[in-house]
Amino acid sequence: MPCAPAPGARSPDRPARRTSHRIVHLRLEHISKVFGSEPALGLEALHRGISKSELLAVTNHVIGVRDVSLDIEHGELFVVMGLSGSGKSTLVRLINRLIEPSEGHVLLDGIDVTALSNRDLVALRRDKMSMVFQSFALLPHLNVLDNVAFGLRIAGVDATTARHHARAALELVGIAEVAGQRPEQLSGGMQQRVGLARAWVTEPEILLMDEAFSALDPLIRTEMQDALLELQRNDRRTIVFISHDLAEAVRIADRIAIMSEGEIRQVGKPAEIVGNPADGYVRAFFRDVQPGRLFTAGDIAQACDGPIYGEPVAAGALLEEILPRAAASDAPLPVADARGNIIGCIDRGRLLQTLAAGQPTS
Amino acid sequence: MSFDIPIDRWISTLVDWLVDHGQGFFDVIRSTLEVLTFGIEDLLLLPPDWLLACALGGLAWWRVNWRFALFTVAALLLIVSMDLWEETVATLALVLAATLVSLLLGIPLGIACAYSDRVERIIRPVLDLMQTMPAFVYLIPAAMFFGLGPVPGVVATIIFAMPPAVRLTNLGIRQVPAELVEAGLAFGCTWWQLLVKVQLPAARPSIMAGINQAIMLALSMVVIASMIGAGGLGDTVLRGIQRLDVGLGFEGGLGVVILAIILDRITQSFGR
Repeated sequence: MPCAPAPGARSPDRPARRTSHRIVHLRLEHISKVFGSEPALGLEALHRGISKSELLAVTNHVIGVRDVSLDIEHGELFVVMGLSGSGKSTLVRLINRLIEPSEGHVLLDGIDVTALSNRDLVALRRDKMSMVFQSFALLPHLNVLDNVAFGLRIAGVDATTARHHARAALELVGIAEVAGQRPEQLSGGMQQRVGLARAWVTEPEILLMDEAFSALDPLIRTEMQDALLELQRNDRRTIVFISHDLAEAVRIADRIAIMSEGEIRQVGKPAEIVGNPADGYVRAFFRDVQPGRLFTAGDIAQACDGPIYGEPVAAGALLEEILPRAAASDAPLPVADARGNIIGCIDRGRLLQTLAAGQPTS
Repeated sequence: MSFDIPIDRWISTLVDWLVDHGQGFFDVIRSTLEVLTFGIEDLLLLPPDWLLACALGGLAWWRVNWRFALFTVAALLLIVSMDLWEETVATLALVLAATLVSLLLGIPLGIACAYSDRVERIIRPVLDLMQTMPAFVYLIPAAMFFGLGPVPGVVATIIFAMPPAVRLTNLGIRQVPAELVEAGLAFGCTWWQLLVKVQLPAARPSIMAGINQAIMLALSMVVIASMIGAGGLGDTVLRGIQRLDVGLGFEGGLGVVILAIILDRITQSFGR
């Protein structure tokens, strides 16, 4: 991708936000899932607008996902966020049809995944999609190297070639030295690196990650997020990332979708959602986000009225990161884009106002 | 009150009918099991006794440890010194043949149970019946169908030893974590690849426990099967009982115990 990372962007490893390319890669069209003995009846009730709890009480059917439509772009890291029971794990499984949708379509580059025969579906899963799981789901009887090679072996790649690629993938995630060990001998973070390598080695177009880092300690979780962003910077994939962790979503997402009760409440860039929450639910969700870690200098820069002094800060720098600079100087801080052009200034009042209000004020 | 459902007469009629009309079918089973059992027995008798004892000792060394290997060799030489080697090999052959058939039938049946709740609902009471019906009850019809000799003994042993193989295969596959199965599917497994590359390997400890149980049950059936002429150590025990020769009976029993310990430890080692 021709997007140069902005100097001093949100996290050292963070790839630059994409701005120009908007090619839809994965499209979900009015997709729903009703669990129960008579999905057709449940669907009909769903169309009439019955609530999740009503449907459960009356007909014993559970709405997993309700009329979700999404466009996910090429190379985008798209986070689906929600509390447990919001339908996010069901949603990700509808994409590769681990769960069959009750209605609606999944389109991958215009190909209707929902209409594929079993044979074509198997081919699609081998060639174009892979998945990382919350509980790692490594095969206990294979060593790390053969676990990573699993997807390739299933697809009929010979053992030598598959292992060769697997070793390279292990190096990519930084754990080549444990290739001969059994998964159970590794820590959780290491196991998930294996899971990530296993998913990455098949060079999927779409990577599905279901709560992939949720089972890990906070410190390890951050490390894994960095590892993922590093992979993503060097070799962009389209990633659908399921999470219930707001800090994680804000840290890694290009865009976020907020889900509850099987429905999408809002889709947008993290800052957009915080700045303009669609409803009370979304607002409550983002209540605890610190604006200093969410907004960048570029988000709040205004036209400079006066001469420009001092070294500019990067447009991608987090407000938190420019605080010391603002504290040290009375003059407005100039803000420069990736090419070094001054795009505006931030004065101290503006910065404090934003942090106090929780979002940029006009 | 006289209210008698004549199950006894129905079963007798059925058995008589089968004896009269199913002879061809039973003959095929009989000759297959004969070839299998005697084949294994001849094979085991091919090397001299000390060589087979040492070979089993080597297996014990590889799978368990050197102490158990030492025990294996010493215990087998004890059997040789009691002059029970041929009986022991005959019993071992019977156990191995019966276990082999039990697994060939039981593991696929267990897989079918794991895949289908309906199959499981049908199979489960049949397994209960096989395990709890007193062995003598089907020993007699087995002798009627297959004549005397080791074959009806093998058949009775198969009936008795198969249930744990079915149950533990079923249980093992059902207990494979859901995410592991999803991982298999997400990477593009066909149903066959899912079975042989994910489910069966992940269920291996449970399946091996089933195999171990099948062997143990087969051994416990040996003495009973000797009553219809299955031969082997069971025959020694039986002769001891009939002649009130406590010492002879004990020697035969000791042989069974030694075989049981060796087979148990070695098959258990494959489950880890």
